[in-house]
Amino acid sequence: MQQKEKKNSIKLEFLVAKHDFSRAGEASSNIKKILRQLGVDSQTIRKVSIATYEAEMNIAIHSEGGKLTVWICPSHIKIIAEDKGPGIEDIDLAMQEGYSTAPNQVRELGFGAGMGLPNIKRYCDKFTIQSKKGEPTILDMLIYTNS
Amino acid sequence: MKVRDLIEKLNFRLITEETTLDKEITGLYCGDLLSWVMSRAKQGNAWITVQTHVNIIAVATLVEMSCIIIPESIEIDPETISRANQENITIISTNLNAYEIFCKIYELGLR
Repeated sequence: MQQKEKKNSIKLEFLVAKHDFSRAGEASSNIKKILRQLGVDSQTIRKVSIATYEAEMNIAIHSEGGKLTVWICPSHIKIIAEDKGPGIEDIDLAMQEGYSTAPNQVRELGFGAGMGLPNIKRYCDKFTIQSKKGEPTILDMLIYTNS
Repeated sequence: MKVRDLIEKLNFRLITEETTLDKEITGLYCGDLLSWVMSRAKQGNAWITVQTHVNIIAVATLVEMSCIIIPESIEIDPETISRANQENITIISTNLNAYEIFCKIYELGLR
């Protein structure tokens, strides 16, 4: 991100704990509330909400924990989701709708539909994923505002 | 149609506090896969789900559902109810199944 842009942005950071489903969803709910207070348009809020919720749930379900960092700028919202591993072996497979490695007990709760990453890609204007087996997964997401 | 109508006219049970009953119901959505619901349900929809754990409140908040309807009198986690009250999400329960709920709400005039 450009230096000038950073100056004009609000930065938020949320930790996401491993397997803590009772708190999972809090980060995305808080991000949404802040965007609403800032007067961001509702279409942008919906896109950010879906992307952050899916990223947050992915960290809680699949990783050793991680964090979401959000930069709110007048023209766009940038989100980085970074975890502590264990990484994704086959990213192409993980991006396929319906493919999931979530355990059964998580699926019974309505997660693990294999829609998380595809949903993120669909609702972001720019999206990159970086991961390898044994390494952290980093999602870089950008959503333009309608202002 | 308002959330209040489901309680007053259809005798659905109000599980949460009586603070958000004047929300307008824009439609009805039924689903239990949370990612699917997140991306398909619309703002103001009443959401029928058999999931009763606390994460449904995050989904309902993010989508801005008018309320959550738990069918077939499924037991609801106390933690879910307390989070719903914090987030101003109404939870309603009924002994009807999803199909019967759709029928009743259609008969009540939702189109």
